[in-house]
Amino acid sequence: MTLLHAAILAPFGYAVLVPFLYKWFRKIHTGWFVLPLPMLLFTFLITHLYRVISGETMVESVPWVPSLDLHFTVYLDGLSMLFSLLITGIGSLVVLYSIFYLSKDKESIHHFYVYLLMFMGAMLGVVLSDHLIVLYGFWELTSISSFLLIAFWHRRGKSRYGAQKSMLITVFGGFSMLAGIVLLYLMTGSFSVREFIGSTDLIHGHDLFVPALVLVLLGAFTKSAQFPFYIWLPDAMEAPTPVSAYLHSATMVKAGIYLVARLTPVFGGAAEWFWLVSGIGLLTLFWGSLNAVKQTDLKAILAFSTVSQLGLIMSLFGLGSAALAPDAGISPNVYAVAAAAGIFHLINHATFKGALFMVAGIVDHETGTRDIRKLGGLAALMPISFTFAVIGAFSMAGLPPFNGFLSKEMFFTGVLRASGMDFFRMETWGALFPAIAWVASVFTFIYSMLFVFRTFGGKLQPEKLDKRPHEAPLGMLIPPAVLAALVIVIGLFPNVASYALIEPALAAVLPSLGDHYHVHISFWHGWSTELFMTIGVVVMGALMYWLLRHWKGLYGRWPKRLALNAVYDSGLRFLDRFSARLTNRYMTGSLRHYLIYIFVFFIGVTGYTFVRFGAWEGIGNGNAPITAYEAVLMAAMLIASLVTPFVRDRITLIIVVGAVGYMVVLFFVLFRAPDLALTQMIVETVSVALFLLCYYHLPKLKKEEGKIRHRFTNVLISAGVGAVVTMVALSANGSRWFPSISDYYVEESYVSAGGKNIVNVILVDFRGFDTMLEITVLGIAALGIYGMIKLRLNQPKQNGGDRHEG
Amino acid sequence: MKANDVILRTAVKVIVFIVLLFSVYLFLAGHNAPGGGFIGGLMTSSALVLLALTFDLKTLLKAVPFNYRWIIGAGLLIAVLTGAGSFLFGAPFLSHAFGHFELPILGDAELATATLFDLGVYLAVVGVTMTIILTIGEDQ
Repeated sequence: MTLLHAAILAPFGYAVLVPFLYKWFRKIHTGWFVLPLPMLLFTFLITHLYRVISGETMVESVPWVPSLDLHFTVYLDGLSMLFSLLITGIGSLVVLYSIFYLSKDKESIHHFYVYLLMFMGAMLGVVLSDHLIVLYGFWELTSISSFLLIAFWHRRGKSRYGAQKSMLITVFGGFSMLAGIVLLYLMTGSFSVREFIGSTDLIHGHDLFVPALVLVLLGAFTKSAQFPFYIWLPDAMEAPTPVSAYLHSATMVKAGIYLVARLTPVFGGAAEWFWLVSGIGLLTLFWGSLNAVKQTDLKAILAFSTVSQLGLIMSLFGLGSAALAPDAGISPNVYAVAAAAGIFHLINHATFKGALFMVAGIVDHETGTRDIRKLGGLAALMPISFTFAVIGAFSMAGLPPFNGFLSKEMFFTGVLRASGMDFFRMETWGALFPAIAWVASVFTFIYSMLFVFRTFGGKLQPEKLDKRPHEAPLGMLIPPAVLAALVIVIGLFPNVASYALIEPALAAVLPSLGDHYHVHISFWHGWSTELFMTIGVVVMGALMYWLLRHWKGLYGRWPKRLALNAVYDSGLRFLDRFSARLTNRYMTGSLRHYLIYIFVFFIGVTGYTFVRFGAWEGIGNGNAPITAYEAVLMAAMLIASLVTPFVRDRITLIIVVGAVGYMVVLFFVLFRAPDLALTQMIVETVSVALFLLCYYHLPKLKKEEGKIRHRFTNVLISAGVGAVVTMVALSANGSRWFPSISDYYVEESYVSAGGKNIVNVILVDFRGFDTMLEITVLGIAALGIYGMIKLRLNQPKQNGGDRHEG
Repeated sequence: MKANDVILRTAVKVIVFIVLLFSVYLFLAGHNAPGGGFIGGLMTSSALVLLALTFDLKTLLKAVPFNYRWIIGAGLLIAVLTGAGSFLFGAPFLSHAFGHFELPILGDAELATATLFDLGVYLAVVGVTMTIILTIGEDQ
């Protein structure tokens, strides 16, 4: 356990305290108590920054389940440092912002901060874990906390819809990723990313390489909202704005990008990786920017713009992976600029998009709407927010002197160099890359301008607003101010960021570059192609923005049925209906039917195994002689069992079945198993009591009027079960393939566990874990019964709900 | 309907305490003699069920006013915490320890962390059994 482990676990621990803080200090907004934690973590990480810059990496491992090769290994290098700083830094700002955004009296903020802290811890876990199974656990935890945060206003149908959608899509991706991780394990025998990097040759040459790659990328693409999985992100905007700014723009959606970056040294260099990552990335970039323009909700614009920008970053990492290609020739470092641009844009996107989301939140908070058709003319009323919006949006559009300009230039450099590649079949398709990039940038420019000028420019329409707009309180302005300041500072002094953050992170993404590679970012490269492309973007974008009214109608031409959301909805509906039909076919509500399924399956599987492995041989070996007592008990049991089917009265039935149970007790006594005898006896007694309690609810026992054929089948099944169980028992007793473990228990029970009662020692010590899970299952069952009975809806029973059966 | 069950009522008042005491004995003896949390828990519940059958559920709830759902939770929590406790000593989850101690009055006695875990099992079993029986029984 080190400080780094503590840093991951601290938010979880702190989350436990939040409800108490909320309860005890109702007068103080709970956010004020939460705020110090991310700030503290941020400071803690900053103190380690110089070590990371100097190329050092920190690895700390705590064994978790050593027998399963499961270790909680924390790995801090440039890449995880960058992400951790984002998580804690933006986290601090978002918490501060939320204090003013969410009212302490009207909202259940104690839930909010619990979820938020849970997310923060999980996200830190994702970026700091080296062991992929641990990473996967944290990964899914981010999905769950995102689900909870999207559904924060769970009384709104749209919130629930969005939450469910995000959950279904990201968890689907998570599962694929898990499968990919397992494939990687099959190839290398390890779960550690660092060990993968050591055995890339083995992985690249393996048959499972492509399946593993595709599965892992599915995880990354769903999480990072890439085409066609992006559809969950716009619906996730139902979450409170601080959440959108934090999870759905700055951190969680970048987990997929983190994964891609982290695994670039493992998969990078392969044509499949290059094409999938950069291709899907570019497609997402284009599609997202295209769709952003038609949105009318401020947050929807930002959502699609986030989708598009995530695609941009994704494609840059794909292009950058070419530096690892075996065909890259003598100067692979030429392509590394794309990866550097990806990292740079990741930072920039977090700053400007965070600021823009916060501005959107301010507008929503102060005017009561986010619809750009109702907004306008706010620049005079909210000058400070307007300034931040301009800084953020111009940076997003790629205008100087902001940081977005620099990374956009580097992006163009990256695609231009990629188009000049002579491997990966880029000779044929290479020219497409700069073209798509340029078109997408034009649309990016348009929606950036829409965001600013439709909200703040034009004429004020006070009659359409619920409130009289005015500037936001200071606390809501500080966080976007910090981010906007960063936009400018990074824009003016990019090489500070390059030295402190980009180069260490790049060393983790492309370790083959070595120490001598430096990322130097400058404003002026001369009259380069990139600059002309930017000028083209501005001119074309301005022109199209001017003429927007005339061509916006084209969006309506796209058939609604082909929209991805419609596909998702109808898929979900189909799944619902299909599974309902399938389930209704066998869930008839008749206990008899269920027992038939279970028993037939049992006879089939056990009987097959029995025959398949020739278990006949064991029967008859090593049986003890049958004594008179046993014979008598056996006879009594037989009689009781044979009587059962013919009994017409419930009380008699209970007594007869109870008799069989008590007979078993006597057997245990004969075989000197007092623990079992006691347990069996009490279980029998308590279940008889339970039966008597239920008696009230049970109708008169009806004889089932079935066909003769049915009854014959039933007899066959019950005889079959009896026969199979008997044979298995005899065979198990007769054939011993290996020494029984009971000898071990007998020897060790007193020596190493200090108990003379072996049964109990097995229960609580040797197999304590089983017991723990068993009582957990029992607890769940009890609560299930409680819920079912107490919360039963007072609705008329629908088809098949015949619970009075059997 | 008024049942004529004076003998049952009178006997049960005594028997319940004997059964309860026996269940505690079973629980404590579990490590070295027949017994343990599971049986002890079931025995306790059977005493309570006996009360419920003889008098009725309302009387039982008045005499033993516990929320059994909380007891399930308490049991599970104790079991998990005992398991997690071994982390404090740098041992894997659910490692147990035992030792012999000289206690006042009782003299030499064996104390084991397994008993703590067993207490969790005991409480969980009582909670589960009683929750199920009470919920079904109360449902009219």
